[in-house]
Amino acid sequence: MSDLGALFIRSAFIENMPLTLFLGLCTFLALSRRPGTAVGLGVAVIAVMGVTVPLNHLLYTYLLAPGAWTWAGFPDLDLSYLRLLTFIGVVSAAVQLVEMVLDRSFPALFATFGVFLSLLAVHCAILGGSLFMADRSYNLAESTVFGIGAGTGFAVAVILLSAIRRRLAYADMPAGLQGLGIAFILTGMMSLGFATFAQVAVP
Amino acid sequence: MRLWGTLTDPILRQNPVTLQILGICSALAVTTTLAAAITMSAALTAVIVAAAGIISLIRRHLPSSIRLIVQIIIVASLVIVVDQFLQAFFFEMSQRLSVFVSLIATNCVVLGRTESFSLHNPPVPAMTDALGNGLGYSLVLVIIGSVRELFGQGTLLGTEVFRTTEQGGWFEPLSLMLLAPSAFFLLGGLVWAIRSWRVEQVEVSEHALAPAEETRG
Repeated sequence: MSDLGALFIRSAFIENMPLTLFLGLCTFLALSRRPGTAVGLGVAVIAVMGVTVPLNHLLYTYLLAPGAWTWAGFPDLDLSYLRLLTFIGVVSAAVQLVEMVLDRSFPALFATFGVFLSLLAVHCAILGGSLFMADRSYNLAESTVFGIGAGTGFAVAVILLSAIRRRLAYADMPAGLQGLGIAFILTGMMSLGFATFAQVAVP
Repeated sequence: MRLWGTLTDPILRQNPVTLQILGICSALAVTTTLAAAITMSAALTAVIVAAAGIISLIRRHLPSSIRLIVQIIIVASLVIVVDQFLQAFFFEMSQRLSVFVSLIATNCVVLGRTESFSLHNPPVPAMTDALGNGLGYSLVLVIIGSVRELFGQGTLLGTEVFRTTEQGGWFEPLSLMLLAPSAFFLLGGLVWAIRSWRVEQVEVSEHALAPAEETRG
């Protein structure tokens, strides 16, 4: 149990997706102008990662990994080079599914998410989560915790950044730094802050 | 002449990374050394040019309802080819880049260009545009990669430029340059520099202060 807790802390803070691994930066910077949208994006990322990483784990282990087809008489079959195509398909399908379920059952929630859900189909952090899971060969429980943890880390970072950018809305900065420039420098400073988590001894 | 403009526009004037915030996702992580940055740039440029050509060729046969998924599948297949090529011939480098080569598949530059340009243009302009965007992306990566390697380790492409103190020289390597925050600072500075030079790229502030009025009678 404590292993899983440590994995959660590690995936959420020490190896934060946008701040230390540079994943999902496009949406991270583009949708952090207002805290409201940032919260919506964060929740959507947690939900999609929590579903797709374990799902991809099952597919990878039972269909693609070397030796997965031994029961059918193909012990040498290695389909792992297909994992990228599979993961992208699963992520897009999962996003579509979440969209449909939300639209049917929770229209109010769906309206707040708006366009973000469909954007998540090509989100590097989500796909990256699945690829890291395959690279590090986590088991099913670990994949679930890793997916939710990495999503949480993304949500925390994007909400923090949007709050800072809101505070800076009235700041009088050089014209060339307005918008994207200052967003990068803020992200750099947050990344320095998150670097201290690497020193935290996980029990 | 128009082709030349299509090729050179995205390199500086419409740079995909610094102006349109596209494709930084997988860009910054690989810039700790110049060699990795160059490999990544070459991989991305190859993928984007091939994808633009293929998608432009089939653009008339592509129903718009399924065009996104078809584009993603084409791009992902090309990425798999590049990834296998790197693993076969540059194994060490492909280990160092780990999952980031695969992540070219979700790189917004690629989908952005195929979606907005290749779907509406014949193959030659589409591939030229893709090459221009690939080069614009590579330029940013190479600048950041060389700064980080030069000041972080005192080397360029592995050959020594500054002799470090460990080897009896004068240069004290800045270890910050090898960590994540430096990439953000450098890119922020680069954006600032480009926008100070090309003023038309400056974003208009949503909350600009109104000019102070004369209130003292």
